[in-house]
Amino acid sequence: MKIKSRKIGLISCSGEDLPEGTISRVATRRVLEERDDTVTICLPLFLAGGQEERDFAKENPCVTVDGCEKRCAAVGVKKYGGVDAKSSIVISDIVKELNFPRPSSRRKILSQDEKLVQEVMSTINQEIKEVQEGKD
Amino acid sequence: MSETKDKHIIIPCSGIGKAVGTVARRAAYIVTDETLPNKAATMCLPLLTIEDSEAIEKIRSNPCITIEGCIAECARKNVEYHKGQLKADINVLDVLKQNNRLKPGTVLDIGPDGEKLAKKVAEKIINAIEDSK
Repeated sequence: MKIKSRKIGLISCSGEDLPEGTISRVATRRVLEERDDTVTICLPLFLAGGQEERDFAKENPCVTVDGCEKRCAAVGVKKYGGVDAKSSIVISDIVKELNFPRPSSRRKILSQDEKLVQEVMSTINQEIKEVQEGKD
Repeated sequence: MSETKDKHIIIPCSGIGKAVGTVARRAAYIVTDETLPNKAATMCLPLLTIEDSEAIEKIRSNPCITIEGCIAECARKNVEYHKGQLKADINVLDVLKQNNRLKPGTVLDIGPDGEKLAKKVAEKIINAIEDSK
């Protein structure tokens, strides 16, 4: 099914406690600012908001970007939206699979972590493309 | 998850849509990483949204201070929903009203005024920690 007419929902965990949460947040935000075919929602709004927020994942096919194996964004989409994310990206998996050094700062993106951010952005863009082409 | 025994838990909204969300996050780090690392720690707010049992236990057994970026007040609502020990709720918008020249830049770069605003928010967090003892 082609779903290019709908915007892709990008949902970042933005986890405050882990450097991977900061990578997730920054990479997701950069992609959002580069493209006009994506939208987002603050993840905690699933609980704190109303039905409109809970319906976000039903209205927009979602790509989730999580920092760790808890996969809060992907779990949140399923729990509150009642649907699976079309694609689920986990930063800690990318770090492991591509042998990146684990990011060390949760306060800012250090120069040595910029390549990881670029890799995550590239992954997000690829997943968006595949969702739009209906390859999910 | 960070060690939180005998610490206040500072929970910022971390909203990804507004610069004030970044200010909330930055203010939390000023307190937990720079000013009071032995008295305060943070945790991932989304863990409460997905009802992670370990995270819920932490907010019930530690005093919590929530930092909001907007009127949705996600941090407070998530903590209250799980009956956490909420000691104070600080909204960056209120601090901005009191310091209206300190307008933050963007989500990705809050700029020098955003940094100054985050320090003002951090001062309120520190006061809230002192007041809740």
